[in-house]
Amino acid sequence: MAKHALGSAVVVLLLVAAAYGAFFIAPTDVKQGLIYRILFLHVSSAWTGLTAFFICFVGNLMYVWRRAPQWDWLGTSAAEVGLAFTTVVLVTGPIWAHPVWGIWWTWDARLTSTFVLWLLYVSYLLLRTLVEEPDRRALFSALFGIFAFLDVPLVFGSIRWWRTQHPQPVVMGGPGSGLDPTMWKVLFFSWMAMLALMTLLLMARYKLEAMRGDMEIVRREAEAA
Amino acid sequence: MALLSNTAVLLGKELRTEFRSRELLTTTVVFILIVVVLFSFTFDPTSAESRRFAGSLLWLAFLFAASLMLQPCFLREQNNDTLSALRLSVGDPFAIFVAKLAANTLFLLLTELLMLPVFSILFNVPIFPVFGRLVLVLFLGSLGVSIAGTALSAVSAQARMRELLLPLLLLPLLTPVLVASTQVTVGLLDAQPFMEWKGIEFLVVFDVVFLTALWLFGEYLLEE
Repeated sequence: MAKHALGSAVVVLLLVAAAYGAFFIAPTDVKQGLIYRILFLHVSSAWTGLTAFFICFVGNLMYVWRRAPQWDWLGTSAAEVGLAFTTVVLVTGPIWAHPVWGIWWTWDARLTSTFVLWLLYVSYLLLRTLVEEPDRRALFSALFGIFAFLDVPLVFGSIRWWRTQHPQPVVMGGPGSGLDPTMWKVLFFSWMAMLALMTLLLMARYKLEAMRGDMEIVRREAEAA
Repeated sequence: MALLSNTAVLLGKELRTEFRSRELLTTTVVFILIVVVLFSFTFDPTSAESRRFAGSLLWLAFLFAASLMLQPCFLREQNNDTLSALRLSVGDPFAIFVAKLAANTLFLLLTELLMLPVFSILFNVPIFPVFGRLVLVLFLGSLGVSIAGTALSAVSAQARMRELLLPLLLLPLLTPVLVASTQVTVGLLDAQPFMEWKGIEFLVVFDVVFLTALWLFGEYLLEE
């Protein structure tokens, strides 16, 4: 309990520091003005969401290979947490886009693929609610999670090839792109703070899922007796 | 070699079952026809307008039809309790998938080929000059739909609300197929038809990726 409280306190401190950095340390963008500061929340959530989905993919693969319920718990927890971060991305995106692009939404590669990604993991969680038997639910959702993860680069590629408006990759983009070094540092720090938050949420969610799993075993034993 | 001969026998079984009743083909054709007619009310179907929308409209209709058509694929086996028998008698479970997805691709392609002339007449879009290339994109697209759809129909067959679940799992997964095939089809139906080879290459990549995934993970989908 104390460990949990300490962890939460550290994460809150990190998030406050990241917010301070985003508002007061990073210089104001010449062209976009203040609104660009949402980038520190938007981009760091996007990276964190992708990290969570990658953890989910690893959990899915490991479940198919090892069949230990722990991997299933990890998969479903990571999918939920990733979905939460991706929702933040989908909400903060339009808030930024409206003043800068003049529109809330455009069907461009990264927006559309993030949306499809979000839909895929919503389907993943829905599938879990619709299969009763725990082992089968774990196996089927793991397999669907693997298919969904394989699909992501294809979705992105297909839409990117035929239309795009999103700012071209600034981080690790081509020559002429790049962030101001201070912005870079703040962005990196925000991402680390978000990763800490993700870890905290993931651990809490995993514990809950483990309890549910144990409950299910007890219930089945009680029914058998 | 065993994979090939097993697949051939199983494919024969799938085709015999379907052509005895032709239930699946008839209902799917009628379904696509209804969707296409309903679409015509949602925009002004002049020739120029139709050329712009025809590709997207066709593929959306095919995708929706496929998500319904693929339902019985494993459900039939389950209702008749034949899945365990199949698994016992066929050494490599991948053969079951290959036979089913080949049959599904064939059924989809057949319904599409039946619908194409009707569509061409209704919307005033000439298809004869580009027919060969159109068949190529129809084949690669339908193959992609069938690979993902056959795999997921094994999942949805064992879930509740399966009629809703299959489209829900399948349609977002098929986004790349929809984008690529629509791009190619719109190009072919243009007043100056052109072939978007990038789209064809993309469909081939999708088909190969998901066929490999099915080969690697398919057997787990059939576990009892």
